[in-house]
Amino acid sequence: MASKFMNWVDARFPATKLWNEHIGEYYAPKNFNVWYYMGSLAMLVLANQLLTGIWLAMFYKPSAAAAFGSVAYIMRDVEWGWLIRYMHSTGASFFFIVVYLHMFRALLYGSYRKPRELLWIFGCLIFLALMAEAFMGYVLPWGNMSYWGAQVIISLFSAIPVVGEQLTQWIRGDFVIGDATLNRFFALHVVALPFVLVGLVIAHIMALHHVGSNNPDGIEIKANKGADGHPVDGIPFHPYYTVKDLFGVGVFLTLFSAVIFFAPEFGGYFLEPPNFTEANPSVTPEHIAPVWYFTPFYAILRAINFPVFGVDAKLLGVIAMFAAVGILFFLPWLDHSKVKSIRYKGIIYKAMLAAFVVSFVVLGYIGTQAPSPLLTGIAQFCTAVYFAFFLLMPIYSRIDRTKPVPERVTG
Amino acid sequence: MSKEGVDVGKRRFLTTATAAVGGVGAAFVATPFVKSWLPSARAKAAGAPVEVNIAALEEGALVSVTWRGKPVWVVRRSPEMLDTLEEVKPELADPESAADQQPEYCRNPHRSIEPAVLVMVGICTHLGCSPKFRPDADGGQLSYSGFFCPCHGSKFDIAGRVYSGVPAPLNMVVPPHRYEGDSLIVVGEDPNQGGEEAA
Repeated sequence: MASKFMNWVDARFPATKLWNEHIGEYYAPKNFNVWYYMGSLAMLVLANQLLTGIWLAMFYKPSAAAAFGSVAYIMRDVEWGWLIRYMHSTGASFFFIVVYLHMFRALLYGSYRKPRELLWIFGCLIFLALMAEAFMGYVLPWGNMSYWGAQVIISLFSAIPVVGEQLTQWIRGDFVIGDATLNRFFALHVVALPFVLVGLVIAHIMALHHVGSNNPDGIEIKANKGADGHPVDGIPFHPYYTVKDLFGVGVFLTLFSAVIFFAPEFGGYFLEPPNFTEANPSVTPEHIAPVWYFTPFYAILRAINFPVFGVDAKLLGVIAMFAAVGILFFLPWLDHSKVKSIRYKGIIYKAMLAAFVVSFVVLGYIGTQAPSPLLTGIAQFCTAVYFAFFLLMPIYSRIDRTKPVPERVTG
Repeated sequence: MSKEGVDVGKRRFLTTATAAVGGVGAAFVATPFVKSWLPSARAKAAGAPVEVNIAALEEGALVSVTWRGKPVWVVRRSPEMLDTLEEVKPELADPESAADQQPEYCRNPHRSIEPAVLVMVGICTHLGCSPKFRPDADGGQLSYSGFFCPCHGSKFDIAGRVYSGVPAPLNMVVPPHRYEGDSLIVVGEDPNQGGEEAA
C-alpha cells in the first residue's frame, strides 16, 4: 500500500530520488568528529529563528511610535511571549556561535579547498546575509542601543567619497534614523533576507552534496569506491548521521534552554542594557558597542585611526572592516598547501591559525570595551595578525613542511 | 537544435535586441523600487527650515534647536572666545576648513556669517554622538573653549574645528542658514534663498 502510494508520487514528483540523493544514499565520510555537528545545528537554529520570528511578527508593531511598547507587550502580556522572544534573541547569538565554529572547522580541515570553493563561497554569503539580518533585527526593538547602533553602522556608509551622504539618506529614508528606517528594516528582516538566507542555505547544501563532504583527514573518499559503487570510507547519512546529529541536537538544546531560562541577556552580551530604554536621538549611550558577534569587526574598524596615502582614517577603517569579511571569499585561492587537513599540515600553519584565533577573540573582547590607547594598540596588532593569516598564506602554505596523507581515513 | 537553414546573424541580432530592450525595461521597472527608499514628501516636509531668534542670546551661551531631527546649536561667542580661534590653530587637523563641512559663505576663520554667532550641527563627525559644550575649557580635556565628545574623546574648538589626533576625522558641520533681519536665523536655507529647499 505504502509503496504503491510512493510509486504514484514518484511518477509525479521526485520524492524518493530527493530523499536518496540527500539523505538515504548520501554517503558521508565515516570519520566525522564533534566539529561536524555545527552544520546541522545551524539548520536547527535557522528553523528556530524562522518559527519564533513568524510568531513575533504577529505581535510586533514596526513603527517608531509603537515598536518599543510592542516588545514590552510581547514580554509581559502575550501568553508565552517572553519565551518566544527569548528563543529568538538567544537564537541569534547561538546562530553566530555555531556558524563561527562551523567556519573554524573549515579552517581546521581545509574544507574550502578544491573542489569545495563554491561551497565555501555560498557559506561566506550566508555569513554576510546573516550579519545583515542580525543587524536589522537588532534595530527592531527600538531601544536606545538599537537606535545608536543603527546610527553608527549607517554612518559608516557616509565615509564613501562623493555619494556617501546621499547613500545614507537613501538607506535611512529620512534625514535622520526614524520611522521610515525602522519600517524598511522590518520588511528586510522578516521577508527579504530570510528568503535570501534560505536560498543560500539550499545552494550551500546542494553544492555540498554534489562534491561530497570533506572530513578531518581531508581525504577525498570518492576516490576510493568499493564494488557497490559507494565510497569504502563512506556511510549513508541516514541512519548513521541523522542519529548522531540527533545526539548533538540534544546537547545543544540543553545548553540553549539553560541560557533562555537562566541568562537570556547573558550579562549584557546577548541583550545590551541600554536597549531596555526606548530609542532617544538626544541621549547617546555612555558607550556604544555592538552585540558580541560583531565586536571583532568593530574593533578592526576602530583600530584604523590613522590615514594612509591621503585616505582618511574613517574611510580606511570602514574598508578594513569590510575587507576583514571580504577576504574570506578568497581563502580557497590563498591556500597553496599540499594537504587540506591541519592533521597533516606543518607547524607554520598551526601557529598562524592559533595566532589568528587568539587575535579574533582578543579583537572581540576589545570591541566590547571603551577605547583606550593601550587597547587600540593591541587592536592594531591583532588586526595585523588577522590580515597576515590570509595575506601571507600563499607564502607560508607553500614552505610549510607537511606530513604524508594516508590512503584511507583514520579514526 | 539544428542550425541548418537558420540565419545565425539575424538570430543573434534578435537575441541581442530583445535582451537590450528587456534590460532597459528592467532598469525602468527598478526605478520606482529604488527611489521609494528616498525621503518621502512627509519626511522632506518635516525637514523644513527652522527659525531661531537670537535677540535674547547672551554672550557665551548656547541655544539648541532641532532641524531635521538633529540638534543645531547657536552660540554667541564672546570676544575672548573669538581670540582663541587663532591660538588653537596648531592643535587642529583642518584649521582652514578645507573639507566641505560648511557652506562656502562660512569657509572663513570663524566659520559663520556673523563672526560672533556660530551656527552648527551638534553632532560629532566620528560616529554621530552629541559633544558637550565646554565654554570655559573646563574638565581638563581642552586647552581652549570648545566642544568635547564623551563617546570616543573627540575634541573641537569653539568654531567646531576638530583637533588632530582624535577619532573624529572632520570639522563639525555648519548647516546652510541665513539671517532675516539682525536676530532671526533661518536654519536650512542659504542666504538669498527664500522658501526653496536647501541642498
